[in-house]
Amino acid sequence: MADDPSARQQSGATGVVVLADGTLFWGHGAGAEGDAVGELCFNTAMTGYQEVMTDPSYAGQIITFTFPHIGNVGANAEDIEGVNPYALGCVMAEPITAPSSFRSDKPFDQWLADWGRIGVTGVDTRAITRRIRKLGAPNAVIAHNKDGLFDIDALVAKAAGWSGLEGLDLAKEVSSTQTWVWDECPWKLGEGYQPGDLPADAPHVVAVDYGIKRAILRQLVDAGARVTVVPAIASFDEIMALNPDGLFLSNGPGDPAATGVYAVPTIQKWLATKKPLFGICLGHQLLGIAIGAKTVKMHQGHRGANHPVKQLSDGKVEITSMNHGFTVDADTLPANARATHISLFDQTLCGLELTDQMAFSVQHHPEASPGPQDSYYLFRRFVEGLR
Amino acid sequence: MPKRTDISSILVIGAGPIIIGQACEFDYSGTQAVKALKGEGYRVILVNSNPATIMTDPELADATYIEPITPDVVARIIEKERPDAVLPTMGGQTALNTALALAKDGTLDRLGVKLIGADAHAIEKAEDRLKFRDAMDKIGLESPRSGVAHTLEEALRELEHVGLPAIIRPSFTMGGTGGGIAYNRDEFIRIVLGGLEASPTTEVLIEESVLGWKEYEMEVVRDTADNAIIICSIENIDPMGTHTGDSIAVAPALTLTDKEYQIMRNASIAVLREIGVETGGSNVQFAVNPADGRLVVIEMNPRVSRSSALASKATGFPIAKVAALLAVGYTLDEIRNDITGVTPASFEPTIDYVVTKIPRFAFEKFKGADTTLGTSMKSVGEVMAIGRNIHESLQKALRGLETGLTGLDEPEGLANASKGEILAALGKRVPDRLLIAAHALRVGIVPSEVCRVSHYDPWFVERLAELIAAEQQVRDNGLPTDAQGFRALKAMGFSDARLAKLTDIPEANVRAKRHKLGVRPVMKRIDTCGAEFEALTPYMYSTYGGTECEAEPSDRTKVVILGGGPNRIGQGIEFDYCCCHAAFALGPVEKGGAGFETVMVNCNPETVSTDYDTSDRLYFEPLTAEDVLELLHIEQKNGNLLGVIVQFGGQTPLKLARPLEAAGIPILGTSPDAIDLAEDRERFAALVERLGLKQPAGGIARSRDEAVAVAERIGYPVLMRPSYVLGGRAMEIVETTANLETYIETAVKVSGDSPVLIDRYLRDAIEVDVDALCDGDTVHVAGVMQHIEEAGVHSGDSACSLPPYSLPDTIVAEIKRQADVLARALSVRGLMNVQFAVKDGEVYLIEVNPRASRTVPFVAKAQGRPYAKIASRIMAGEKLASFELEPRGKGHISVKEAVFPFARFPGSDPVLSPEMKSTGEVMGIDSDFAMAFAKSQLGAGTVLPMEGRVFISVKDSDKPLILDAARGLEAMGFELVATRGTAKWLGEQGVAVETINKVLEGQPHIVDAVTDGRIALVFNTTEGVQSLKDSETIRTVAWARKVPIFTTAAASVASVKAIAALKARAIEVKPLQAHHACS
Repeated sequence: MADDPSARQQSGATGVVVLADGTLFWGHGAGAEGDAVGELCFNTAMTGYQEVMTDPSYAGQIITFTFPHIGNVGANAEDIEGVNPYALGCVMAEPITAPSSFRSDKPFDQWLADWGRIGVTGVDTRAITRRIRKLGAPNAVIAHNKDGLFDIDALVAKAAGWSGLEGLDLAKEVSSTQTWVWDECPWKLGEGYQPGDLPADAPHVVAVDYGIKRAILRQLVDAGARVTVVPAIASFDEIMALNPDGLFLSNGPGDPAATGVYAVPTIQKWLATKKPLFGICLGHQLLGIAIGAKTVKMHQGHRGANHPVKQLSDGKVEITSMNHGFTVDADTLPANARATHISLFDQTLCGLELTDQMAFSVQHHPEASPGPQDSYYLFRRFVEGLR
Repeated sequence: MPKRTDISSILVIGAGPIIIGQACEFDYSGTQAVKALKGEGYRVILVNSNPATIMTDPELADATYIEPITPDVVARIIEKERPDAVLPTMGGQTALNTALALAKDGTLDRLGVKLIGADAHAIEKAEDRLKFRDAMDKIGLESPRSGVAHTLEEALRELEHVGLPAIIRPSFTMGGTGGGIAYNRDEFIRIVLGGLEASPTTEVLIEESVLGWKEYEMEVVRDTADNAIIICSIENIDPMGTHTGDSIAVAPALTLTDKEYQIMRNASIAVLREIGVETGGSNVQFAVNPADGRLVVIEMNPRVSRSSALASKATGFPIAKVAALLAVGYTLDEIRNDITGVTPASFEPTIDYVVTKIPRFAFEKFKGADTTLGTSMKSVGEVMAIGRNIHESLQKALRGLETGLTGLDEPEGLANASKGEILAALGKRVPDRLLIAAHALRVGIVPSEVCRVSHYDPWFVERLAELIAAEQQVRDNGLPTDAQGFRALKAMGFSDARLAKLTDIPEANVRAKRHKLGVRPVMKRIDTCGAEFEALTPYMYSTYGGTECEAEPSDRTKVVILGGGPNRIGQGIEFDYCCCHAAFALGPVEKGGAGFETVMVNCNPETVSTDYDTSDRLYFEPLTAEDVLELLHIEQKNGNLLGVIVQFGGQTPLKLARPLEAAGIPILGTSPDAIDLAEDRERFAALVERLGLKQPAGGIARSRDEAVAVAERIGYPVLMRPSYVLGGRAMEIVETTANLETYIETAVKVSGDSPVLIDRYLRDAIEVDVDALCDGDTVHVAGVMQHIEEAGVHSGDSACSLPPYSLPDTIVAEIKRQADVLARALSVRGLMNVQFAVKDGEVYLIEVNPRASRTVPFVAKAQGRPYAKIASRIMAGEKLASFELEPRGKGHISVKEAVFPFARFPGSDPVLSPEMKSTGEVMGIDSDFAMAFAKSQLGAGTVLPMEGRVFISVKDSDKPLILDAARGLEAMGFELVATRGTAKWLGEQGVAVETINKVLEGQPHIVDAVTDGRIALVFNTTEGVQSLKDSETIRTVAWARKVPIFTTAAASVASVKAIAALKARAIEVKPLQAHHACS
């Protein structure tokens, strides 16, 4: 084929995705110029690209959006899940369009550039997705140069030389370094975000920030909790000094085993207090490790907003948002823990709880944002348990 | 939860005839439901009056009742079959209303039958406007301000708080019949009166107008465990104000942030819970204010629908099949996703392409009808297209419509229009509004101005602007000379034909240049999951927006079946039936097929043919030469292409026969040359002469002068029609040279390339339709159908009887002989349809079509033999001798009746003519003609009166014909009224008849009597332009007041026989299987 991407540089190409094995996907650059190395993954959600880009769990990753039109509703100051975009960049099928939304502040392209994030458009994203399905998520470089100047050999070397997510403690990098109080409620049409109006005796949750999504904090407030956020490396004593009624372990990027080095001992000490604990995503994996279960890296991970999860207690199915590349191995759960949720896509563990105290966690994202909000009940369950 | 074991037999109610608002989507859903329930071991009983459906194939359900779908008849079926449950959610509004009536009158309770899928309470809550609004209030969802009225006075009271413009929606009507938007008080009064009349409960909702807001639909599925999932979101490009069925729509929604989308998702599920739809699919419609995102609920349908069919095809998630399984107790997680094979149905499909749906209209058939779109649906079909981006998706849909568009062609009549005129045109809700928007951009009107006037979302208008800019580039610079540039253009969906127009070179040259550069499409799969899992089902679409082809053609011997494209008048479900049968007959051996790999190509989302389950491989592609040749190119990369079937999908695939042949593609069955011979007037006349058959005198004209000469040579009246048409488009009986000239000037373009055919019109001849099979040597006449209406009424609009009810055996034998001779002379391999006219004992050949006809499914159901399947196997090389062909079952007579959409098109004359106007058909089957005809009328929605006054006004030549009917009515106690001439004549024959004024004779006249409900039945036959014009109001008012009206003498006579039969005995019901087994 004359325009076989790996044969030669496509004329006019200003962007390229370079895989560690030398495979090239040529396209047009968007957003910031430069290059970045990370794990190339995909996300199948059809809405919420801005939330996805700002989800700290995507630190170290380049996102291939499977839905072709990205940027259609622009970017705004509300639909963000962290202080900045954590994903390194994104790969898209179609050029980013001018926005059409009463909520938009600026074009998505501009937003990417403002935050120094790289986009490549005009790529057969379905081909990438199928490749990831078959071969797993590769290490890759995303690059944008408006003059189309790329040193492909160097970029391949960079992708191949990157050590990958396994063993990486990215949580520490994306976590806040300070302790702070959160009191904002979930978004409402016409009102945006409003501060919560909580009584002084409302239960107090300390949320450990491994890369926490703001939607989680908002859901905790909505469920009736006062929330204090602490850094990933906060010690047990620092946490206890805040007098929490419950501990929340957040989502976050990277390899749970690496973050677990300092997080697990803290969690274990907390469990010993028998006070309630709730974890999401990375927090779920860390709880798993803390109770002696094993985590394993998945072949392709779960990344989308259409994943069915079954509650084992009553058989109900909730449609969830997911973003994880590691999973807790259900077969390694200790005797005092049981599975509460499983993925109906591949039967992997999606939720666990301890049988002898109130400590539970889920692999999916009950806070949604983006995605279906079927699992909000978990926040209520947790905060109810603190009263 | 496992399936229910407390029920073992289920009655599925179908949707009846194809009408506007209720088309083949309900055959698609009903067929899925019947198959799914049978697969679970239930005894399935089916009622549907529409013989052209796959669901009524006798091998599908255990007992198939082709009977009228009325509460009374369905109650008889329930009494006879005693099913444990009724599934009312698969047959549209017809099934829902019928089930609700049976629940309300106590029939279901009396017979111990449960409603599954949706109970009476939920149906009523969803369908009753007031109850629905209260339900929405209860769950905190906004609906437009509204009020309910049962009288005009109440309506005017409601208007005070709702304000103008106001929307009027009648309760319990389908497709918005009888509703509308009122901008002033006069309009308001007119629409309210019509709406009250249309509503079976004499109830209308007066509603705040949210005109111009964005419109969305959400397709939701819920199970008994309260698991609810969204299958698909649909965004209408046409904003609120245009009926959703008449709107151009895309999936998924493209202009919502996730936060807004989730509000809509939560609301949709809350609506299902509150309405109480415990299992199955529903759709919920929303309007969203583009300025602030305010969301209001418009309505919900507690059943599968046209949009659920669209959502199923758009995502690969079979909503109806899943809904049927949920209705018998399964939960979503217990049902497998067929496409991936490994994941359950409890998930939300995600797509990585854009789907566009465009409705197709038939206003050209209804002269005088208002083409403005509103809350009452007017489109007769739709096309769906899939592309990797909106540009490709939209342009594929436009060319798939088959209305002559190659893309965003310049709309008619605006070539020299000023910007002001273009903006004025853009302000109207008309079928080609999108083209007008594109044209506005073309002449330099800025996108923001286009948005302001049209209320289209800017996102869509910007995409149109990109397409128009690309067109300009091509106009200025010609075709790209490099592969990358050409590919970029093709990735925006430009067809070779469009590029040919833009560059003014032949399409073949565009294609040749493209191929030389190696620019060809790839196939991608529709897999429900954005490639996250492997797709097992080869359900594909083409795109230029990608490099990786997923077609993976097999090494098998394959047959490609080309479908019929969007439904239109003249080409609908009957042809889809034939295509499906070809797939069944030639498909897997384990399913009774011949063992070829079947490959279906079609772009109509409503159909069974585009169910991924129907054929081995499915390409959802426009039926243009370019698109078909490209997919054949890919299919031919592996395996052996036995051939393409072009004779089953109507005119659409037939038109492709030549280009396919030119490209060296084998055509199965009758040769394209033979098809051409039959269509080519002059060649055919030579053949007829050689065979010694008789044709009405005729000729062909390539200019106005030639036409006049031909007409004068053969003598008036003459039948005029353009060559190469289906459905009698622009056919007309012309009486004088002046009329002929008008026809030439207004109805057709006459030129060397498109001549006009002129035939002597055989007045009062009996028309006969014949369907036959031939394997090249042997012929089998499958059915001889005698039309009820005389020759001159389009065969698709005539009722007909199989076997003939009054033709002498000698004539039938002669007709069969002629059909035999013709089939062999044309070397037909497959199906052939012949139309004859019988006058004064002479048989005249009217036309031959060596292809599947509209009557094939009717004949198959009547005779109990799957003729389309047999024909398919003959086309693939088998001989007639290897099949059982003789009709099964004795002692029944089948009548087919056409169904008309006149009520949707006020302003056009509801009269039968050579131009086909019916949208669908029903079948009445019984032991004698009179009862079979009675059933066909009931099935078509015509309730014949048992008493009252009958108005008779017939043309002179019909008077002798109508006499027996008048006497019969008199004997049965009807009163007769007639206009002066008819009354005088009937009086002279000793019939007691009252005289009433014609409209022209002053009030009180006949229209007053019909309007006041003093007339129970109308016989009105006319001839000649002037009398037609004079009597038009009678017909219009009769249609509006739902007074049965017959506009031909033969049908009037038949209706009297039917009334007599209905008076003599109660309707009896009998399943098709019993009819066929009867010896």
